[in-house]
Amino acid sequence: MFCNTSKEIGGMGHSLKRKEDARFTQGKGHYVDDVKLPGMLYMDIVRSPYAYAKILNIDASKALEIPGVLAVITGRDLEKYNLHWMPTLMSDTQMVLPTDTVMYYAQEVCAVIATERYIAADGVAAVEVEYEPMKAIVDAHKALDPGMPVLRPDKGKTDNHIWHWEAGDREATDKLFANAEVVVKEQVYIPRIHVASIETCGCVADFDPVEAHLTMYMTTQAPHAIRTVIALVAGHVGLSEEKVRVIASDIGGGFGGKVPVYPGYVIAIAASVLIGKPVKWIEDRMENLQADSFARDYDMTCELAATKDGKIQGLRIKTLADHGYTDAAANPSKYPAGMFSICTGSYDYGVAFTEMDAVYTNKPPGGVAYRCSFRVTEAVHAIERMVDRLALEIGKDSAQLRMENFIKKEQFPYHSPLGWEYDSGDYGPALQMAMDIVGYDELRKEQAEKRKNGQLMGIGICSFTEVVGAGPSKDFDILGIKMFDSAEIRVHPTGKAIARFGTKSQGQGHETTYAQIIAQELGIPAEHIHIEEGDTDTAPYGLGTYASRSTPTAGAAAAVAARKLRDKARKIAAYLLEVSEEDLEWEVGKFFVKGAPEKSKTIQELVFASYTNHPQGMEAGFEATHYYDPPNLTFPFGSYICVVDIDPETGSIKIRRFVAIDDCGNIINPMIVQGQIHGGLTQGLAPAMFEELIYDEDGNMLNGSFMDYLVPTAVESPSWETGHTITPCPHHPIGAKGVGESPTVGAPPAIANAIIDALSHLGVTHIDIPITPQKVWNILVEKGVIEAV
Amino acid sequence: MANITVHINGVPQTLDVEPRLLLVHLIRENLNLTGTHVGCDTSSCGACTVLMDGRSVKSCTVYAVQANGKEVTTIEGLAHAGQLHPLQEGFKEEHGLQCGFCTPGMIMRCVDLLERNPNPTEEEIRWGISGNLCRCTGYNNIVKAVEYAAQKMQAAEVPAETVA
Amino acid sequence: MIPQAFHYEAPTNLEGAIALLQKYGSDAKIMSGGHSLIPMMKLRLATPEHVIDISGIQGLEYIHEEGGALKIGALTKEVALEESSLINDKYPLIADATKMIADPSVRNLATVGGNLAHGDAANDHPAVMLALRASVVAAGPNGDREIPIDDFFLGFFTTALEADEILTEIRIPIPPAHSGGAYLKMERKVGDYATAATAVQLSLDADGKCAQIGIGLTNVSAAPMRASRSEDLLRGQVLTEELIQEAAKMAAQDCDPNPDLRGSIAYKRSIVKTYTARAIHKALERAGA
Repeated sequence: MFCNTSKEIGGMGHSLKRKEDARFTQGKGHYVDDVKLPGMLYMDIVRSPYAYAKILNIDASKALEIPGVLAVITGRDLEKYNLHWMPTLMSDTQMVLPTDTVMYYAQEVCAVIATERYIAADGVAAVEVEYEPMKAIVDAHKALDPGMPVLRPDKGKTDNHIWHWEAGDREATDKLFANAEVVVKEQVYIPRIHVASIETCGCVADFDPVEAHLTMYMTTQAPHAIRTVIALVAGHVGLSEEKVRVIASDIGGGFGGKVPVYPGYVIAIAASVLIGKPVKWIEDRMENLQADSFARDYDMTCELAATKDGKIQGLRIKTLADHGYTDAAANPSKYPAGMFSICTGSYDYGVAFTEMDAVYTNKPPGGVAYRCSFRVTEAVHAIERMVDRLALEIGKDSAQLRMENFIKKEQFPYHSPLGWEYDSGDYGPALQMAMDIVGYDELRKEQAEKRKNGQLMGIGICSFTEVVGAGPSKDFDILGIKMFDSAEIRVHPTGKAIARFGTKSQGQGHETTYAQIIAQELGIPAEHIHIEEGDTDTAPYGLGTYASRSTPTAGAAAAVAARKLRDKARKIAAYLLEVSEEDLEWEVGKFFVKGAPEKSKTIQELVFASYTNHPQGMEAGFEATHYYDPPNLTFPFGSYICVVDIDPETGSIKIRRFVAIDDCGNIINPMIVQGQIHGGLTQGLAPAMFEELIYDEDGNMLNGSFMDYLVPTAVESPSWETGHTITPCPHHPIGAKGVGESPTVGAPPAIANAIIDALSHLGVTHIDIPITPQKVWNILVEKGVIEAV
Repeated sequence: MANITVHINGVPQTLDVEPRLLLVHLIRENLNLTGTHVGCDTSSCGACTVLMDGRSVKSCTVYAVQANGKEVTTIEGLAHAGQLHPLQEGFKEEHGLQCGFCTPGMIMRCVDLLERNPNPTEEEIRWGISGNLCRCTGYNNIVKAVEYAAQKMQAAEVPAETVA
Repeated sequence: MIPQAFHYEAPTNLEGAIALLQKYGSDAKIMSGGHSLIPMMKLRLATPEHVIDISGIQGLEYIHEEGGALKIGALTKEVALEESSLINDKYPLIADATKMIADPSVRNLATVGGNLAHGDAANDHPAVMLALRASVVAAGPNGDREIPIDDFFLGFFTTALEADEILTEIRIPIPPAHSGGAYLKMERKVGDYATAATAVQLSLDADGKCAQIGIGLTNVSAAPMRASRSEDLLRGQVLTEELIQEAAKMAAQDCDPNPDLRGSIAYKRSIVKTYTARAIHKALERAGA
C-alpha cells in the first residue's frame, strides 16, 4: 500500500482515527432536527390514503380552530405563486402540492403550520379531505395496456410511456444470438427498495422578509445544486441566488436518498416566506419510507450468448423501468438509465445490446441512485446472475468460467462494447484471493458430499466492475451544471490550514480523508487541516456527494489545489535559499537544495514567508482553489464469495461466510475504506434477503415502517471478511477510484448466486431478490423436496 | 399538564409537561440535549436509546411522565470529569460509527449491555444490540468497539479489586 | 407520529387503579411498560381519554415459587425473567421465549402482564402460558379471581378481563421431575413478531412415557391457541419419531393462520409442523429423555 509519510503527518495509507468522531460519540453532532431558531414554527403534512384519487374538497376549518395552528397550505395556495409544480432532475415535473389529483399513496395533500410539533400533528388529524378514488396503475407491466388511464396528460402524453433508451449494436447482437451455440435467458427483477438512512429527511426554512434572504438548513447531499434549484424554481417570487444560503451540517446517512428536492422542502420555504418565520419540517419514518424517492425497480429480461465450452460472446438485456408518477431519478442529464450500460461487466466479449422503456405508475417518484453510481447495481446483478446461469447450463465451475472470460490486465484501457473506456483492472488476482481465503475447492467438495444426504449449501461469486466518479464535463451534467467538483485550501501563517469542498459527507469521513490527501501533498499534519463542507456561502461550488464521486472528483481537486500551493512554495523556497527552482527537491514537508540537504525550508517556514517575506511581485498569502474536471470515470472492481447453508425444512438461510476482495486503487485511509465496505455489504445483504417496498393491488404500501421494512440488525448481518488488491487509477492525481458503493453493488448477486447454487441441483436457475425463507420453501415444495401440510 | 421531576444526567429537572410528551422530546426539545435522536417512531431502530434507572430504554416509546422520579442518562451525561467512557473511546478507536446518527443510542444500549455482561461474546454483543439499527457500519466495527470497551473496563477493574 | 392528548393517572395502589377503571370505563386504558399501548397511540389507532399508569403500584414485581406454583407478578419486566436463575434453571420454555421478545431495550420496560393482557396472538407469552397450563389472577372491585389460561383468551385482542379488572399475577404449576420445555420461533428478522412459533412443555413418567404435555402456538390464529389434538395424541405415550411427526402435523392442520407479509397459509402451517416437532425434541432432551 502507498504510504510514505510519517504517522505525525498522516498522509495517504494511514488508518487515521476520524476527526469527526469526537462530536459524534459525545452527542454533539449537529443534525437538522437539532436546529432551533427563535419563533420557529413546525410543519406537518396531510398525506393521501389513496394511490390515485381526485381531491374533491379540503376542509381545514377544524384544524384552524386548534389553538396554535396558524395555517393550512394547499396546492391552490401555491398555485397563486406558480409554486405548485417543480422540475425533477430528469426534466420531468413533480407536484409540490396537488390542486386536483393525488398520484400515489402517502403523497402530500396539504400542510399544517403550527407553533409546536404536537399541535401541527393535531392539525393534520383534524383536516378533512374528500377524495374520489380511481383505479390505480400499480403493475408496471400493465401501464402500457390499452384502456389504462393516462397518468400524465399534463406532459402531453397519450399513454404512460416515459422514454425509450438503448445502447449497443442491436443488429450485430441479434445476429450473434441467432447463431450462438448456447443462449441462456432469465427474467431478473430488482425490487423497489428504500435507502432508509437512520436520519429521515427534513429542513428548517428561515426566510428573512427584511433582507429577502433565505437560509435553508437541510439534509442534503448536494447543497450547492439545491441552492441553484431553489433559485431556478422560486426566482420568480424573489429568491435570488445570492440571497439563498443552504446549510447542510451533519447528515445521518444519505445513500442517494438525500439528493432530490422533496415537496416538503418547497412547502416549508413557501410557508416561511408567507408567514415570515422559520419553519421546521422533519419527516417521520413512515413518511420517509412511503413518500421519499425509491431506488431500483428494474425488470430485466437478460440473455447471454456463448460457445458451448464457455466463451462468452454477447449480452442482450431488455428492461422495464417503473418510475412512479414522475421521473425523479437522480441521474446525469444525458443518462436516463444511469450507467446501466456497464452491464457487460468484467468480461471480454464482442457485442452487446441493451434497451429500456420507462413507464409511469401510481407510485412515489424516483429512482435514486441508492449507494450505487446510477443503476450500476441493477447492471451488475444482471451480468453476474447470467454468468452463473451460463456456468450451470454448460456444467462449468462458475469461478473457472469467470477466470476464463475476464478482461486481461494487458487489455486495459479496455473499450467495452457499450462504449465505456475501463481505465484499469486486474480481475483474476482479486477472485483468486477471495477463493484462497474462503477455501473454494474444499467448499465445493463439502457441497458435493452434503448434496448426497439432502443438505443444502451454496457458494456464490460476484466479480463486479463499477463505474463511478461522475464525471467528465463533456458528458456529465445535472440540470446543465457540469459534474466537476471543487476544493479550496487556505493555509494560515502558522502553517495550519482550512479546506473547503463542494461535496458533503454523510458519514464517509471527509473531515479525515481530505485532510490526509492535503497532508500527503503538502506535508502539513492532517490533524492541523480543518475540513469544511455544506455551507454554500463559504464552500466552493460543487455537485455534492453521491455516486462514489467525492474521492474521484473533490479528492482529486484537493490534490491539484495542494500541488498549486507546492509550486508556490517552491518559488518562495528558491527566493529564500537563493537558488533556482530547478535546484530544489521536494521531500514530504520541505524543499531542500539538491546535493545540500542541510539547506532546506519546511512547508511551515515557506507558508509563513508567504505572509511575511514573500518575493516582490508575488501574490501574498497561501491559498489555492481547484475545480477538477475528471478526464474519465473510475472503475473500481472486486470479487466476492458468499457461502450459505439452507434449512431444507423451513427454507431459512444462514450466511456462513462472506469474503469481499475490493480494488479501489490507492487507499487514502484503510480503516475508513474497510468501514465503507462493511457497511455497504450489509446494505447489499438487505435487498438480497430482506428489503422490498411492497404494494397491494390498489397501490397502498404495505410495509411503510421499520416494523415491516426489514433493515438488517447485527444478528442478520454476518461477520464480514475483507481484503484488497491495489490497481491504481491511471488518470486520478492520487490513483484512487472511490469505494463506497462497490459492496452494495457486489453483495446482492453474490448472495443470490449462493442461494441459487444451493438449490441448482434441483433444477433451480433463478430466484428474484429478496430471497426469503418463504420463497425458498415454495421452491422446496414445488421440487418435491418437502411436502406442504 | 403534569408536574414531573426527572433527574437528567444527575441534575433534577422539574417541569410541567403534557402527559403525551414523549421522553425523547422532553430530552431534545425541553432540555436541549440533542444527542438523543429519533429514527423510526416504532421502537424499532434504537436511535433514541437512553438509560432510565440504569437500564436502556427507547425514549420514543416512553412518556415523559413515566420517567417521573427516575434517573435518566443521555449520551451527554456519559463522560465523567472530561474522561470519555470506554465505549465512547472504543467507537472512535475501532471505527464503530460513520454518520453518527445511531451512535448515541447504540452507545447507551451498550452501556447497559456491558453492565449486565462485562465480557460478552461476539454473538452476545450482536444479540445485545439487535434493537439498534445502524445503516452505515455493517456492525463489524461496532462489535469490535464493544469488545474494546469491555477489555478496557475489565482492565480498569482488576487493580481496584487487587487493592481491595 | 404524535399521540392524541390524554389525561394521565398514576395510582400507587391496586384499589386506586380499579376505582379509576370504574370511573372512566372504556375511555381508559391501563399502561404498565407501555410497549404495546404507546405505539398504537402514536399511530392514533388507540386514542384513550385516560391512561392509567399502573407501573408505580408496589408489590407486583416478583418471580417466586409458592404453594406448588411459580408466581410471576404482572408488572414483572421481561428482563427480570431473562435474568432470573429460577427461570433459566427450571423454566427453559419461559427463558427461550423471553429472549425472543422484541429487543433488550424493549424488554427492559415491557411486562409479562402487559404481554398477556393485550390479548394479541402475535405476542409470545400467551402460547407459553398455554403450554405451561398457567392461570392468571384478575383483581377487580370484588377482589381477586383466578382464570385458567384456557378461559382467558376469548378472541382477536379480546380477553376475559372485565373493563374494571387488572391482571395482577400469573400462576404456573411447578413442573414435576423429568420435565422440559422449549420455544421455537420463526421470525423474519430478530425482534419481529413470530411468523409462527411453538411452545412445548412436557413431563415424563417413570417409564419414560409422556405424562403431560402442553403445546401453544403463536400468531397462527385469531386468539392464542392450544394444539389440543396434538397434546391428546401424545399424552400417555412413548414419544416416538412417528408420533411426534403426527402430532406436529395435527398442530399444523388445526391452526388457522392468515396470509400476510410474514408468509402464506401453507408456509405458516409448515413452520408450525417443523417447529412443533423440533420443540418437542428439544423439550424431551431437556426433560432428560
